[in-house]
Amino acid sequence: MTSTTLSAPASASTPERTSPNRGPAAARARRKRILHWIAVHSVAIAVALLFLLPFVFVFLTSVMSDSQAMSGDLWPDSWHWSNYKAVFETPGFLDWWRNSLMYAGLGTLFTVCSAIPVAYALAKFRFRGRRTAMLLVISTMMLPPQVIVIPMYLVWAQQFHLSGTLWPLIIPMAFGDAYSIFLLRQFLLTIPKEYIESAKVDGCGEFRTMVKIVVPMAKPGIAAIALFQFFYCWNDYFGPQIYAAQNPGAWTLSYGLESFKSAHAVNWNMTMAATLLVMAPVIIVFFFAQKAFVEGVTLTGVKG
Amino acid sequence: MALSLSNPARRRLRTLGFLSPWLVGFSVFFAYPLIATVYFSFMHYNQIKEPTFVGLRNWTYVFDQMPLFWPALRNTLWLVVIMVAVRVVFGLSLGLLITKIKTGAGFFRTAFYIPYLAPPVAATVAFVFLLNPGSGPVNEILGSMGISGPNWFNDPDTAKPSLVLLSLWGIGDLMVIFMAALLDVPKEQYEAAELDGAGPWAKFRYVTWPSITPIVMFAVVTGVVQTMQYYTQALVAGKVASGVNIGPGSVIQPGYPDHSTLTVPQLVYQMGFQNFNTGAACVLSLVLFAIAMAVTMLLMRKRSGLLAAED
Repeated sequence: MTSTTLSAPASASTPERTSPNRGPAAARARRKRILHWIAVHSVAIAVALLFLLPFVFVFLTSVMSDSQAMSGDLWPDSWHWSNYKAVFETPGFLDWWRNSLMYAGLGTLFTVCSAIPVAYALAKFRFRGRRTAMLLVISTMMLPPQVIVIPMYLVWAQQFHLSGTLWPLIIPMAFGDAYSIFLLRQFLLTIPKEYIESAKVDGCGEFRTMVKIVVPMAKPGIAAIALFQFFYCWNDYFGPQIYAAQNPGAWTLSYGLESFKSAHAVNWNMTMAATLLVMAPVIIVFFFAQKAFVEGVTLTGVKG
Repeated sequence: MALSLSNPARRRLRTLGFLSPWLVGFSVFFAYPLIATVYFSFMHYNQIKEPTFVGLRNWTYVFDQMPLFWPALRNTLWLVVIMVAVRVVFGLSLGLLITKIKTGAGFFRTAFYIPYLAPPVAATVAFVFLLNPGSGPVNEILGSMGISGPNWFNDPDTAKPSLVLLSLWGIGDLMVIFMAALLDVPKEQYEAAELDGAGPWAKFRYVTWPSITPIVMFAVVTGVVQTMQYYTQALVAGKVASGVNIGPGSVIQPGYPDHSTLTVPQLVYQMGFQNFNTGAACVLSLVLFAIAMAVTMLLMRKRSGLLAAED
């Protein structure tokens, strides 16, 4: 873990090269620097401990015996790895995995495919109403999902009879997700016009230019929106609660986890094992794709 | 088909083609339901019988009679003010800390960032366990130091602060945004300030702060909008902490303990999907909408710079 870095830029200040220590002033400056180093790193270690301890406690509890998990002990007497096996054997748990993967996988695919042309047009075409379109995209992005959920639910349930499935959540993603469009557009703005113009000089149509020139150059941006959408779907609780609640066969991991806790009301060890299993994919994906992820986070806030 | 079209017309068609996924999505999944929400807010509708027009009855019901509306609105606004303020201050401090770290910067960034990735439900369940008053590790450790810990999620006074604690654990996104902004501050300005004899506070106040205000502003506005829709953590914390043997979909007293974690979005769910009072649920939705739009208008202003790159 120590070798991983979260983002490319090096930290703000590098130790300046000083002339060989001579005289009391230099010694004082050096002592001050060392004290500063110690102070900053002690604070950082303390904060890092606070951030990581929850994971440690959750893990330690997940391998305790049933009775010890209720006792308030911090360290397991004996290591019950079979808790994890038992979690996987819980009825429904594997279905929740499959549903989560389907929701997140298809949702991500649809989002990426629909966001690319829209973001491209908003970033590179000049047309009347472009600014208005951007304002509308941002407004949608800012809208709490609860504002429109009731009519949407009524349509999906009463006209299409799709309640009890995840399709009402997946299908809309084929029609552009505002957040992904916004983020990708911000990224596409950084691609110089010259590339697009020279492709056109070479006789490329707008669509081919997008597919052959822009998409390859926008890979980091596309990776970022794909990751965000994957995590959004994986973590989503409200959506599956609205559409899948009445059909346990359609529950996702995020939604099922809470029912898991209810079914194992006293078994904190099993619950913590399941909790770690829900967290694991996200954290594993992060370690493989952290650069794209951090770039995306930065893009939302800084470039614009 | 486009053979006889003039050039500008063809360009317009092309633009429409590229925008079409979003145009469809915007009309079908945004504009239509928004109008329908307004429509249903004037209807009595239990999702079985045909809706009937009742004028402002749903509105007066929500504002005058619904027992949980004002507590839920108060909780939501409490979270919006306190949680956003604490998160921005803490996120900025962490950003400042991380830019000062010289050894092991990669490790620390990852350590501070990783909890942000934990799925909200999993993080909430974990926190309810860690903070549970009887046998939770946190109170166990506090106890061993001779401190009797609070009841956290099981006490109406500390339930919301516990949610703030949970949100601080997931501060990684803000930290990264602030870190990027802080690294963008021109170094020459610090050097110039140092020559003028500025101490650390003066450097922060007169160099760092003016350069990062747009990002702070952005963090505040997006934080407010996110907190307006605060739902999953509050709901799951209340359900799991109450310890009742309940499954998803079951009707429980919302906002355990004593409605202290009840938020407006939870009330929308309860009204719309448990009480089948569609009209009241739509009124609540529109209250959320009004607040979110007001905040978005703020965001559109020039100083937050969201649209600046265009012009």
